Amino acid sequence: MTAAVVASRRFREASPLGGFWPAFGFTLFYLALIVVIPLAALALRPWELGIEGVWKVVTSERVVAALRLSFGAAAIAAAINAVFGAIVAWVLVRYDFPGKRLLDSLVDLPFALPTAVAGIALAAIYAPNGAIGALLDPYGVQVAYTPLGVMVALVFVGLPFVVRAVQPVLEDLSLDVEEAAATLGASRMRTIAQVIWPAIAPALLTGFSLAFARAVGEYGSVIFIAGNLPMVSEIAPLLIVIRLEEFDYAGAAAIGLAMLLASFAILFALNLLHARLTHSGRI
Amino acid sequence: MRVASAPTRDAPWFAATLIAVALGYLLLVLAMPLGAVFFEALRKGADAYLAAFADPDAHAAIRLTLLVTAIAVPLNTVFGLAAAWAITKFDFVGKQMLITLIDLPLSVSPVISGLVYVLLYSTHGWLGPWLEANDLQIIFAVPGIVLATTLVTFPYVARELIPLMQEQGSDEEAVAATLGAGPLRTFWLVTLPNVKWALMYGVLLCTARAMGEFGAVSVVSGHIRGLTATMPLHVEILYNEYNFVAAFAIASLLALFALVTLVVKSGLESRFAGEIAAQRRA
Repeated sequence: MTAAVVASRRFREASPLGGFWPAFGFTLFYLALIVVIPLAALALRPWELGIEGVWKVVTSERVVAALRLSFGAAAIAAAINAVFGAIVAWVLVRYDFPGKRLLDSLVDLPFALPTAVAGIALAAIYAPNGAIGALLDPYGVQVAYTPLGVMVALVFVGLPFVVRAVQPVLEDLSLDVEEAAATLGASRMRTIAQVIWPAIAPALLTGFSLAFARAVGEYGSVIFIAGNLPMVSEIAPLLIVIRLEEFDYAGAAAIGLAMLLASFAILFALNLLHARLTHSGRI
Repeated sequence: MRVASAPTRDAPWFAATLIAVALGYLLLVLAMPLGAVFFEALRKGADAYLAAFADPDAHAAIRLTLLVTAIAVPLNTVFGLAAAWAITKFDFVGKQMLITLIDLPLSVSPVISGLVYVLLYSTHGWLGPWLEANDLQIIFAVPGIVLATTLVTFPYVARELIPLMQEQGSDEEAVAATLGAGPLRTFWLVTLPNVKWALMYGVLLCTARAMGEFGAVSVVSGHIRGLTATMPLHVEILYNEYNFVAAFAIASLLALFALVTLVVKSGLESRFAGEIAAQRRA
């Protein structure tokens, strides 16, 4: 107890190693230069419009529509990836089939492929004369240049997050537990619902959160397929770019700040939910 | 099928269905766009494809992308090593806060990562008047592109190193220090060999992201052909001019690099799983 009190008064614990101050100093300096000071500009700049001015920008019809599209499409895309990502992770961990390793590597493609490249490729596929667009066109379903196109791009971008979050948990889940459940008379479905599901649920939520956070701010893969119609298929990051091109810097900063605060609030709530899940999920 | 004891084996039809669903999903979402890049690039034949690379603006874009990557990646690598050394080998107040700040750029939109530098350094930015008085230009010039790329790729190396070095602890370094090795020597001879694969892994991810960054760079670059257009921006310019074959040709070069990245990445993962993937097991 006393040791803890003494330790808490000192900034740094004693260590036989040297080099703390140069490493720590450089870390802080570089962090301030690249991350903290620029983000401070984002936090401060909108207020030259006054509180009312910022409110007016953020609640204007076009901005609200853009924010709703960015957050809504990101949530739907992350949910789709949560369902299919869990299936992909399960298949990659539990079954053997030819080409499995190749498929496993392919999952990370959205991390490696530049977003603009993904964007023009998706636009080519889903345009009314594209490979998939032409199949859907006779049914009156249009993907490219609609909010549906935004969602398609965000599904691409978010795919690896859920798979890579759930996969290691499934790998660690020993078959013994499932065998025990089966031996004790549980049906396969009951084992999945009561043994496997509680174990992977927190990881699934982590993957969902990561995919959602990434998708909210996504720009490159979306703008080519979205058509960018104001009020319909215009995402919030694009609106920031448009405001910058009009030299409305404070307005751009206000939208950026609103976006950032909203996504932090949502991620914080998801974190709380995650903490509850891991707590109740313990066997 | 995997050999498992009977009660945990899924019925064959169940397994087959799930495999089909997973395969279909990955083909639809990932393989089709990848294939489309090469298909569209080669649509008008090899000559049209190669013509895209004869354009001097394409050369300028490739050079600029390499230059920006060659500055941003080493900067973030040095930072990642310094931050990991301070965070994992010492105990100090506010460590968790520091880790949170390092991860912060991952949850910031690329467009915002570009925007913040415009707010600081453009003509109408906080430091704009001073920069102008000293005849320095950051926004709509190469320094801005470097800064925006650096911010977007900021955490990649640090994030790979920190969990691994935390797990390894500092016992080996303490022994070296006790035997009289200085911090630099300890780092060079003890720490670095222990984390080299994780370091390579982080540098690889950082490089891939740096070369392909679009949103942040797009905001600060000004899209000046041949001067401030990186490869992804050059793709956009060509695409907006309806020069699709050329756009997809340059895109195919980036896609090829992405495929190489994936191959090296999965090679590192399978060969050195224990030495890189500390955070995956955590």
